[in-house]
Amino acid sequence: MEKFIRLTGVAAPLYRPNIDTDAIIPSREMKRVSKEGLGEGLFADWRYSDVAARVPNPDFILNRPPFEKAPILIGGANFGCGSSREHAVWALKDYGVRCVIAPSFGAIFQGNCVRNGILPLVLPEERVAALANAADPRPVTVDLEALSLTMPSGEVLTFAIPPADRQMLLEGLDPIGVTLKRLPAILTFEAEHLRRHSWI
Amino acid sequence: MGSTLVEKLWSRHRVADLGDGTDLLYVDRVLLHERTGSIALKELAETGRAVRHPGRAFVCMDHIVDTRPGRGDDTVMPGGTAFIRETRAGAAAAGIHVFDIGQDDQGIVHVVSPEQGIALPGLTVVCPDSHTCTQGGLGALAWGIGSSEAAHALATQTLVVRRPRQMRVRFEGALGAGVGPKDMILHLIATHGADGGAGHAVEFSGPAVSALSIEGRMTLCNMAVEFAAWTGLCAPDAKTLAWIDGRPRAPKGADWAAAVADWAELRSDDDAVFDREIVINCADIAPYVTWGTSPQHAVPIDSRVPALEEARDATAATAWRRALAYMDLTPGQSLAGLPIDGAFIGSCTNSRLSDLRAAAEVLRGRKVAPGVRAICVPGSMRVKAAAEAEGLHTVFLDAGFEWRESGCSMCFFAGGEHFGQSQRVVTTTNRNFENRQGPGTRSHLASPTTVAASAIAGRLADARVQALLPPAAKA
Ligand code: SF4
Repeated sequence: MEKFIRLTGVAAPLYRPNIDTDAIIPSREMKRVSKEGLGEGLFADWRYSDVAARVPNPDFILNRPPFEKAPILIGGANFGCGSSREHAVWALKDYGVRCVIAPSFGAIFQGNCVRNGILPLVLPEERVAALANAADPRPVTVDLEALSLTMPSGEVLTFAIPPADRQMLLEGLDPIGVTLKRLPAILTFEAEHLRRHSWI
Repeated sequence: MGSTLVEKLWSRHRVADLGDGTDLLYVDRVLLHERTGSIALKELAETGRAVRHPGRAFVCMDHIVDTRPGRGDDTVMPGGTAFIRETRAGAAAAGIHVFDIGQDDQGIVHVVSPEQGIALPGLTVVCPDSHTCTQGGLGALAWGIGSSEAAHALATQTLVVRRPRQMRVRFEGALGAGVGPKDMILHLIATHGADGGAGHAVEFSGPAVSALSIEGRMTLCNMAVEFAAWTGLCAPDAKTLAWIDGRPRAPKGADWAAAVADWAELRSDDDAVFDREIVINCADIAPYVTWGTSPQHAVPIDSRVPALEEARDATAATAWRRALAYMDLTPGQSLAGLPIDGAFIGSCTNSRLSDLRAAAEVLRGRKVAPGVRAICVPGSMRVKAAAEAEGLHTVFLDAGFEWRESGCSMCFFAGGEHFGQSQRVVTTTNRNFENRQGPGTRSHLASPTTVAASAIAGRLADARVQALLPPAAKA
C-alpha cells in the first residue's frame, strides 16, 4: 500500500453534511471488476452537467481553478456515509485525493481510506467550517508524523488519529500480511471457539 | 458490573487485544455479492492467498441481476454480466457456495442468509455491504465492511475492529394500528439524526421490540446504518428460536440443543452499563415518510414539509434547501396528497413475507391508480414461493403491480432499470439519497403499508385514513 507521510496541496471545500458514497461514486460509474480508472466517475452527478457526455459543470468546485487538481478535500459531517462501496475511496485516490478533512466520517468509509493510503483527518466542526468558508487557494501542509496541519497563514493546527491507523498509513502496511503474523494465535482461538460452539 | 449483549458477543470473538481500543475479532461467516465481493475474491487470487474456510463463506447474486421474468446472466446494467460471471468463477475457484440466478434459494443476501440459517444468534457475520446489520435482528453481531476487509476476513477469518460504544434504544409501549418497524426506525433517525448512532453498537429493546416479529426486527436493524451506527441488534428470544428451527443450515439434533442452551445467555445483564440510552414511547410514532434526501428528513405522513427555520443550524438549513430543490417541494407543503409516479415494494428493508402480507392487506380488491407504475420484488425466491403459496401474487397482480423475480432491483441505480428522470416514487427501501434510485428520481421512503396505500391513491396516502382510499371491490 502507498505510504502517507506528508502532503502539501490545495484543499477544495465541499462542505455539505452527509456526502454519501453514492454521491462520491454513483453506482453506474462502477463499470468493471476493478479498482482502476474510477477517478473519472468521481462525484459524477455533481461534476458533470451532462454525465453521459462528460460535460463539466462549471459551478462544481473541482472544475474551478485552482481546485481542479486538489489533493485535499474539505467535507461536512458524516462524510462517506451510506453504501460500503470501497469504490468511493478508489475513485478519490484515482482522481488524486490523498486526504479528506471533515468533522466526522462514515465508519466503513473511514476504514477504507486508511486501507488505501488516504488520510481521513478529523477536525472540530467550527474549524472545518472556517477552512471551507475561507476557500483559500493557497496550499496547506498535512504532516502525519507531526500530526499537524499548517495553514497558508503559517498557523499550525494539530489533529489526532488512532495510532494503529497512523502506523498503517505511515508505513504503508499490508493489513492481511500483518494479521497473518498472528496465525498461531488465531488457530489456537479457533480450536477452542469451535469446540465450544460445535454448530458454527 | 454486568455486560451488554454486544460486549458478550465481542469477548466471545476476541482473538487478541491490539491496544488503542482495537481488537482482532474472529469472524464466523463471510458473505459476498457480485457487486463488491467479486473484487475481494479477485484480490485474493491475485496475491496468491487462499480462502481459509470456504464452507463458511457464501455468495449471493442479488445486486445487479435482472429481476424481470425469464432472466439469465444478462442484465440491463452495462457491464453487469461480467460482474456476475467473474463472481461465479471466482467463487467456484475458491470453493464457495453461490446462491445463483435460476435457483430456488437465490435472493438478497440479507434476506437469504437468515432464511437459510447461515446467520445465527451469537455469530459474527460480515459482508462488504452496509446493510449487513439487518442480520442483527436474529441476535448476530453483523456489520458491513469494505472489499479489502472482506479479502482480509476470507484470508484470515478475522478482522481488526475498533470497540464501539454501547447504546440502547428502548421502545416502550405499543405501536398503533397501521404503524410498523419501518416507522419506528424512521422516527428514531428523524428525531436523533442520520449521524445519531455514530461510533455505537445499538441494541434495540423494550416491549415493542419484543412484540415485533423476527422479520420486523430485521427491518429495524436494517436501517441502523442509516443512523450511522456501527451495527444494530436485538437479543434472541423464544420467537427467534422458533423462527430459526428447521432452516436448511441451522444446527440440528444435539447441535441444536447445545446452541439453544448457549443462546439463552445472549442478553444484556440487568446491571449492564450503556454509554447512551434513548427511550421512545411508541404512542408518539405515526406512519413516517421522508420529504428530503437523507433518511433523517422524515416526518409523520399527516404533517408538512418543515420550514427552513426549524433546521438545527445554518449548515442543516442549506442542506434542506438543496434537498427541497431536488425533491421539488416547498416548506409547509403537506405530504399526504402529493401525486406520485411510482411505487416500489422490495429491498432488504421490507421484502420479507410479513412485508408482502402487510401490503397485500391494503391492496386486496383495489387497483393501483392510473399512471402509477407499481413494482413488487420479493426479497428471495423462497419469499416469492411462500407468497405465491398463499395467493399473495394474485393480489399484487390484480391490483396492477408487477411481480418480479428476486434481487436488489430498483433499490439502487447501477445504470440499468430505474423509474425515470424526476419521477416521484414512494418506496420501501432505505436510502433516499440524490440519484440513488435513478438519475433525478425523487424517493420517498415509507413502510409497505404506506407504499401500498399510496399506490392505490396515486398520491402519498395515510393508510389509516380510509377516506383517501377507494373502497375495496366486493370479492
Ligand atoms: S436491497 Fe438495496 S440496500 Fe439491500 S443489499 Fe440490495 S442494494 Fe443494498
